[in-house]
Amino acid sequence: MTLLSIEGLGISFGGLKAVNDVSFSVKPGEIVSVIGPNGAGKTTLFNMISGVYQPGSGKVILNGEDVTAMSPHLLARRGMCRTFQNLQVFQSMTVLENTIAGYHLQESGHVLSDLLNLPASRRRAREAEAGARELLKRVGLERAAEREAGSLSYGSLKRLEIARAMALKPKVLLLDEPAAGCNAVETEEIDHLIAEIAASGVAILLVEHDMKMVMRISNHIVVLDHGEKIAEGDPASVSQNPAVIAAYLGAENAAG
Amino acid sequence: MSELLQFLLSGVTVGAVYALVALGFTIIYNASDVVNFAQGEFVMLGGMITVAAYAAGAPLPLAALVAIAVTAALGVAMNKLAIEPARGAPVVSLVIITIGASIFIRGAAQLIFGKQIHTYPAFSGDDPIRILGATILPQSLWVIAGSVAVFIGLWLFFTRTLLGRAVLATSNNRLAAQLVGINTTFVMTLSFALSAGIGALAGVLVTPITMTSYDVGLAFALKGFAAAMLGGMGNPKGALVGGFLLGLLEGLTAGYISSQYKDAAAFIVILAVLFFLPQGLFGRKSTDRV
Amino acid sequence: MRMTPKNATLLALAILIALSPIFFPSSFYYRVGALIFVNALAVTGIVILTGWAGQISLGHAGFAGIGAYACALAPVHLGLHPALAVLLGALISAVLAWLVGRPILRLKGYYLAVASLGMGILISMVLNNERDLTRGPDGIDVPELGLRALLKDAGLDLSNGQFWYFFCGIVLILGAWLALNLRDSATGRALRALHGSEVAAKTVGMDVARLKLQAFVISAVYASISGSLLALQNKFITPDVAGFMHSVEMVTMAVLGGVGSVAGAIFGAAVLTLLPQVLTVFAEYEQLVLGLVMVLVMIFLREGVVPSILRKIRGRGE
Repeated sequence: MTLLSIEGLGISFGGLKAVNDVSFSVKPGEIVSVIGPNGAGKTTLFNMISGVYQPGSGKVILNGEDVTAMSPHLLARRGMCRTFQNLQVFQSMTVLENTIAGYHLQESGHVLSDLLNLPASRRRAREAEAGARELLKRVGLERAAEREAGSLSYGSLKRLEIARAMALKPKVLLLDEPAAGCNAVETEEIDHLIAEIAASGVAILLVEHDMKMVMRISNHIVVLDHGEKIAEGDPASVSQNPAVIAAYLGAENAAG
Repeated sequence: MSELLQFLLSGVTVGAVYALVALGFTIIYNASDVVNFAQGEFVMLGGMITVAAYAAGAPLPLAALVAIAVTAALGVAMNKLAIEPARGAPVVSLVIITIGASIFIRGAAQLIFGKQIHTYPAFSGDDPIRILGATILPQSLWVIAGSVAVFIGLWLFFTRTLLGRAVLATSNNRLAAQLVGINTTFVMTLSFALSAGIGALAGVLVTPITMTSYDVGLAFALKGFAAAMLGGMGNPKGALVGGFLLGLLEGLTAGYISSQYKDAAAFIVILAVLFFLPQGLFGRKSTDRV
Repeated sequence: MRMTPKNATLLALAILIALSPIFFPSSFYYRVGALIFVNALAVTGIVILTGWAGQISLGHAGFAGIGAYACALAPVHLGLHPALAVLLGALISAVLAWLVGRPILRLKGYYLAVASLGMGILISMVLNNERDLTRGPDGIDVPELGLRALLKDAGLDLSNGQFWYFFCGIVLILGAWLALNLRDSATGRALRALHGSEVAAKTVGMDVARLKLQAFVISAVYASISGSLLALQNKFITPDVAGFMHSVEMVTMAVLGGVGSVAGAIFGAAVLTLLPQVLTVFAEYEQLVLGLVMVLVMIFLREGVVPSILRKIRGRGE
């Protein structure tokens, strides 16, 4: 029943092992969070899974298929999509156009038809626009649809990225710090959104620093420190795990 | 055998010039992440201004010095007027700006100096020197020696002087350099002045051999860029090696394949490097952080 | 017909083309108009490639050269009718763009600029050096298209200038229509998306490499047909059509008018084509002015003239 399986993933940058032999899996409808002190390698791990970096070792198995090091656009076709910690929004396009971009796979591949504005192209465009407006309603951005994306607040842009990712109807959704920079109200909204998405059967892999949120919504937690997995389990057991506490306290001690 | 040597010697001569142009690209690229397409025009100006000053009656060494100084000042002006105002602009904009600047300089040169070909006497005469059955012009020796001297001088500057190390620090990490008190604006100005001056020197040295006119800059820019890329953009050692390698390649192409298409050698090098060895001989591979 | 921005632009263009001749002081202006349309066509291709997809090319005049010389050589050496020669030129340009584009579009920024520049110069070099075929720098005659004679037989007697003015105008409207269709379509959106963030575009399933190639090939065809029309109306062509300066002119026209705007392409082409006609002394100053325009527009008016004006108008309207 495993949808996404990470096996022994590792990568080095110039001699430094940023991630070393990390393994875990995610089932449909499950919310798995990856946590760890700053610099633990969480985003690097994400980048490897989502095809942005090429892993030095290990495998990524999606739906039984080895998709290691596959380019992001091929992963999208296979049902994996992600959002970005530092927001990769199409700044000069409107909020609506950003979301419609998520419909690309359903609309695309027809350059000649697009050049000639054939009825098929127009129909696909209408369907994409209708679907996009629905998604914007779901994330609470429907009134911002015609605004330029670059003019939105940080929290709104986070929700926009989720809407865009949802347009792909993914089977696996990777969320890179979805609540970062959001206030308490926004965090709770994103909370609900994530739970709703998981309830519809999507497997969710989450990187997040907001511990309350993580403990609240995760089914399963993986803890990284210095690029290695030091603990794994449900929220209750992880929060009491001495190694985890030491890793976070150690980070605090070093800082102060 | 002597034929091969002839091609090699002419190749080494142009290679020395390309190495200097490549060095100019490298210095500005290191200081500002900008590839300055006007680099070739600095070479042209070096030769042209020397011609003008010499024709006005100045002794050759003084004319050359004036040319280098004026071109260096122009480099600084270009930085202040065209590049600084566009800090942070997307790469497409910067490309268009530096190309626009180079065309502007070329247009100005056309108006001031006309379209004819100009030259001035070689520094130590025109009698070819015989080496193992091949000949080399004394001016070629000036070019090669001058090029090597510049590289050595710059190496000493960057590794032995405080100012030179400040320049290196700035190119490594501008913000960090500012935080430790380095005047990065001055470093940028210095980099452009240095780069333009080196380009001008190359022009000064090579004009008695190749002659000069208002439009020779483009070819130098492209070949210098090819050499810098071959060596690894941003690496001075690479600029030296890349320049001489490209020169040799061009000389051999002119000799054995076709002198009409010798200029194509540079473009083929560019394309080959871009496809097979994008970081050049001495460059580092980089990953984009997301 | 709904008055969408696209239809408004096309309608305005058609009206401009149809009514301008009323104001022409002499029939010489038909030739100038035709030249503007030819340039605008090539620049529309640049808008697609550079404005929307964000890929810079400094060698696109090479494709114009291929289109032009196809019209000069194919009728003579292959027995093709000049109209077919135009299609042949476009086909060769498309294939070359596809072959060259695949590797070089992996590059970014300066590297892409120089690679494209190198490609353009290589084409220009071949046209200059292969004198046996192309007559080299002196230029070569181009056979008559024959369409004007056909129209005359059918009862429509136009002067040479008038014919080319309206013919190029119609081709431009067609080219603008295709480009505007593209902009509002999924492919157009995808091009603008990859310009905004390649990694995000890939994440939503866009095959970025394929999209860039499509933009490159389409813009190459625009440049090729532009070159063909130039050769056919002048009945003569030199290798300068493929030269670096011509590539730079195309980019400058795009940048001046607004590199992301089809209307801007037409504006930029109009201004920079008219300037040499208006200032006869301009020829000497051309490079100076072109260079200055490029630098100043990029620093002060980065979006270009047309989008900036539209922004001001919309700003006051709200």
